[in-house]
Amino acid sequence: MAEDKNTLDPDADPYWEGAAKGVLRYRRCTNCSIAIFYPRSICPNCGATDPKWAVSEGAGVVYACTTVHRAPPAFAERAPYTVLLVDLDEGFRMMGGLLSEPCETTVVVGDRVTVTFTDGPDGRPAPYFKPV
Amino acid sequence: MSLKRACAIAGVAESRLGVVPDSTVLTLQAEAFAAALFDAGIEKTDVDGLLVSGAWGRLPQLQIAEYLGIQPTYADSTSVGGASFEFHLGHAAAAIQAGLCKVAVILYGSTQRSKQDKYIFQIRNDLGYQYEAPFGLPTPVGAYALAASRHFAEYGTTSDQLADLAVATRAWAALNPKAYRRDPLTRDQVINSGLIASPLRRLDCCLFTDGGGAVVVVSPDVAKTLDKPPVWLLGQGESHSHAQISEMPNLTVTPAAESGKRAFAMAGVTHDHIDVTEIYDSFTITVLLTLESLGFCSPGEGGAFLANGRTGPGGDFPLNTNGGGLSYCHPGQYGIFLIIEAVRQLRSECDERQVADAVIALISGTGGVLSSNSTCILGLE
Repeated sequence: MAEDKNTLDPDADPYWEGAAKGVLRYRRCTNCSIAIFYPRSICPNCGATDPKWAVSEGAGVVYACTTVHRAPPAFAERAPYTVLLVDLDEGFRMMGGLLSEPCETTVVVGDRVTVTFTDGPDGRPAPYFKPV
Repeated sequence: MSLKRACAIAGVAESRLGVVPDSTVLTLQAEAFAAALFDAGIEKTDVDGLLVSGAWGRLPQLQIAEYLGIQPTYADSTSVGGASFEFHLGHAAAAIQAGLCKVAVILYGSTQRSKQDKYIFQIRNDLGYQYEAPFGLPTPVGAYALAASRHFAEYGTTSDQLADLAVATRAWAALNPKAYRRDPLTRDQVINSGLIASPLRRLDCCLFTDGGGAVVVVSPDVAKTLDKPPVWLLGQGESHSHAQISEMPNLTVTPAAESGKRAFAMAGVTHDHIDVTEIYDSFTITVLLTLESLGFCSPGEGGAFLANGRTGPGGDFPLNTNGGGLSYCHPGQYGIFLIIEAVRQLRSECDERQVADAVIALISGTGGVLSSNSTCILGLE
């Protein structure tokens, strides 16, 4: 969580700065053009360095999902809650939460969802998804 | 270059398993080490290779070697989760073939149950993990649940089919005096055992125990001098594809696809030649995905493959014959116990749970969150 983060992280700081503004940032390779997430300094496809930062529209499809009933201690009060893997339209996959309001919201694999940033358990904005 | 018959397994042993409060990671490994050397008929002074993995201590390789009084001339601490020991077997074979050592010991031990060491359950929040940490996915079960959800959605796989594997595996455990849980189990009991992370339930998940294991790997020249029949490495392959689940390229295909292809090609055998199979069962879904990735069935057919007890005692596909991580033991990194059981089956040392006429065994270790896999094919002379 944020309190653990006591050093600068050049891979992550622009991402979290975007999250704080409600913007979903990823990177794109300037050589082979693939979308890169999580953000990193080298293209995991072709090896080109210094991919450019880009902004996602935040829309995608649920690739996998699980509802957590037995939660880690720090998350126990929130259980049950749903965790997603989402394939974003720009061509990358990421993990996100399912927005818990309204609490009866559910999704299944294949549903279209869109991102919204809301405070995670550490108080820092994190990407949560809601059905379209 | 091939590792076929580059080495033989000469001795195997567990330490005490289950709940062993009067132990440390060092004493459990010492127990297994001494018992495996005795099983092999080899003196400690002949050990010149040591291969170790463990989530304990500062430098496990150095600490356990010091404790045992070994100064190896070949060392490998490849640590890729529970599959590490299948990687080690291939690496030991390569080292022996290259003449770098003659007697290598693969070692593991954990007191996670007695010491309540929940290290593996900690959610990390650095480097790549910071993109998963905010969402509270329990590790490792949540990652496997995501893979199961994908397989269910893509292929119509059901919780009943997964439950049937847990039931069949428990039936094997009932035949193994060393197994931690030996009471009969029903499909309904699995289904009613409570969701942990949907669709996985408590009895889809492996045990949380103490335990240690050791495997003695020797050169062909050494193997010829020993009393027990050597169990030969016929083929080995290994691969890893990611560290965290959001980076897994395809949640229904594991690195077993690559490692299995290599192991079968090296051994020069096909699926029909395999008499007994030991597949890492951290969770029921792990086995289903591994069976498909290894090519024992087509993608999507894993559920039907496991249904109705085919893998249990008396079934036509004997699988996880010691009772597996689900019912026998699971001290954190279980892979070494796959090797131990396969060797015992091929030596016909398994009493009630012995698979008749077992000549060739396949082992598949999975580590991390479906991250790493090594497949080993073993055979008698």
